Amino acid sequence: MIRAESESFDPLDPDLEVGQWIADAFDWFLDTFDPIIDVVETALQTGYDALFDLLSAPPFLVMIVIFAALGWIARSWQFAVFTVVAFYLIAAMGQWDRSMDTLSLILLAAAIATILAIPLGIWAAKSSTVSQMVRPVLDFMQTMPAMVYLIPTLFAFGIGQVPGIVSTVIFAMPPGVRFTELAIRQVDAEVVEAGQAFGAAPGRILRQIQLPLALPTIMAGINQVIMLSLSMVVLAALVGAGGLGGEVVGGLNGLSIPRGSEAGLAVVVLAIYLDRIVAALADRAPVVRASRVRD
Amino acid sequence: MFGRKAEQAVSMLEEGATAQDVAKLGATAAVIDASFEVEPGEIFVVMGLSGSGKSTLIRMLNGLWKPTAGDVYIGDTNIARAGDAELRQVRKEKISMVFQHFALLPHRTVVQNAAYALDIQGVDKAERFKRASEALELVGLAGWDDKYPAQLSGGMKQRVGLARALAAGSDIMLMDEAFSALDPLIKREMQDQLIQLQSSLNKTIIFITHDLNEAMRLGDRIAVMRAGRIVQIGTAEEVLNDPANDYVAQFVADVDRTRVLSAASVMEPAQYIVNANAGPREAQHTMREKQASAAFAVGRRDNLLHGVVYDKDVVKAVKRGDQTLQSIIDTDVASVHQDTVLADLFAPSAESPLPLAVVDDDKHLVGVVPRVTLLSAMANVAEVVHAGEHPGGEGRSDGPPDEPAEPAVAEPAEVSARSTDGGAA
Repeated sequence: MIRAESESFDPLDPDLEVGQWIADAFDWFLDTFDPIIDVVETALQTGYDALFDLLSAPPFLVMIVIFAALGWIARSWQFAVFTVVAFYLIAAMGQWDRSMDTLSLILLAAAIATILAIPLGIWAAKSSTVSQMVRPVLDFMQTMPAMVYLIPTLFAFGIGQVPGIVSTVIFAMPPGVRFTELAIRQVDAEVVEAGQAFGAAPGRILRQIQLPLALPTIMAGINQVIMLSLSMVVLAALVGAGGLGGEVVGGLNGLSIPRGSEAGLAVVVLAIYLDRIVAALADRAPVVRASRVRD
Repeated sequence: MFGRKAEQAVSMLEEGATAQDVAKLGATAAVIDASFEVEPGEIFVVMGLSGSGKSTLIRMLNGLWKPTAGDVYIGDTNIARAGDAELRQVRKEKISMVFQHFALLPHRTVVQNAAYALDIQGVDKAERFKRASEALELVGLAGWDDKYPAQLSGGMKQRVGLARALAAGSDIMLMDEAFSALDPLIKREMQDQLIQLQSSLNKTIIFITHDLNEAMRLGDRIAVMRAGRIVQIGTAEEVLNDPANDYVAQFVADVDRTRVLSAASVMEPAQYIVNANAGPREAQHTMREKQASAAFAVGRRDNLLHGVVYDKDVVKAVKRGDQTLQSIIDTDVASVHQDTVLADLFAPSAESPLPLAVVDDDKHLVGVVPRVTLLSAMANVAEVVHAGEHPGGEGRSDGPPDEPAEPAVAEPAEVSARSTDGGAA
């Protein structure tokens, strides 16, 4: 692994094969955790397939009605109208199935990223040691060019949706962790003290005080997770994840403006829709609603 | 004690080092020497400026922060050494707290907030809402149950905070700068309400404040803190009249004494007294001896104040050969209770030709306040008199509460704290 070159290392002409070391370490990782990797692959593939079937099985008009209804409940009838028009446009551009494919990837990846990020964020908020250990890792995850993740995940999971989902989770998770940690730390210390002073146990304080008060900020983090997932999911087409990303990549390869721009527009529609829905949910957090009540 | 090398810092402090000395170690000594006992039913005020360690001190009383050294007893439980579960039990059952910025849960209604402590205690829903509503009624918030904190003014929010503490049913209440964030008029109102509630509830209250006037108004006893040490403990009058050192003296220099000192603290023994049960002859004799033109008629055995007799009436009565004084006693005498504060003596004193008679609960004469005595009591605090325009009102409202300070100690009676040194780590 760290071969003999270290013996002939010349400080004036340094030549470290860092990339090779990482590759070697990764090989070892693959060999050692092979059974776990298989389980993860199966689980993600199954989850993706189920979600995609669910979203793509009904006729597109039915789905548009469902999306519009969600938009209405979460926001307003104006937003429902926008939803109908925008999603109808997607169908009209012939991007419907690919959009549902991409939406499945986003929802699955964002859900996994959120499920991992929130507990980690809470842990980091409670322990400064954890926070200090997690921070450089998050920095690394966020600043490493996103496409780089595709290489090892491709090796681990082969061509298809799974490496795309895993890469997306890694790339999209950091803001979820950061926002959660920040949100919990920002909760008014006096209110937390009030919980302690009346004898509440830490779990209860977390559940009844810290999480409800932190929820709007955590939701902002989830929004970031979704937006990053969306951008990553397009790149994931490079490893065969398909969907709208496939069209974008195809458009690029074929230098086809119509193909690329139609897929791009569909991505924008998905982004706006998801962003507004999540923002509306954040707005419904009990603490936000209570602050707005007027006689 | 906060920061590194806390133990070393404690032993330095025990050997007489100052907070500045230990600061060189990187340790902050917030509470260094605070030993006191609080009696059941007492309002014990801890008074000090920002950074004096009072907020740290109060947080050690319920174990939110642990002292580095020293003990805190509530009854027989040593809070400073209690485990987490035991501590939570004590907080549920024995001790509640009111916070400077109210610390209400913004997403819960007023009644849910007031019921919070009961929720933690595991009281079932109907019962806890009932008790919370009663507590809200007690603090004057009946009918506000279903509002949210955001709909309430600062004073009302703090009433909810107070109701939450009262509903908890604990005997001890810690109040951390509870009224400091309120504007002066509301603050005054809350103080009055607390005093009134206390007269019926009889809780043991430890009240932290940076406002001396507030301390004087509320405290049965006051502990003055400076740089982590309690420099004096005493009643308002003791602190005012007999400050333990220059710091306390300076501190109390601008307090409005007329609102604190009572008639009892300035009164003098009555010189002109005649026996109300004896005859006019004896009265005439006494008054001639003292060269008095008027005298208080007081029962010889019971010291009961009957009224005033005037020289010319006494002389007439002697001429008439009256056997008793009763017919000439003027019962319309200016008398004040011994607990009346000086500020309330001015008007009666101005109207009365005689010294004001000072009486106790049973109308027994305990002393007199001649006008000259009142005026000279005022003269001692002349520079303060103009401040009397907002008596007890805002005091110093500057400054956020405290910086972290450090160790304290409390110990038993109901609550008592005894600290030699130490701090919270």
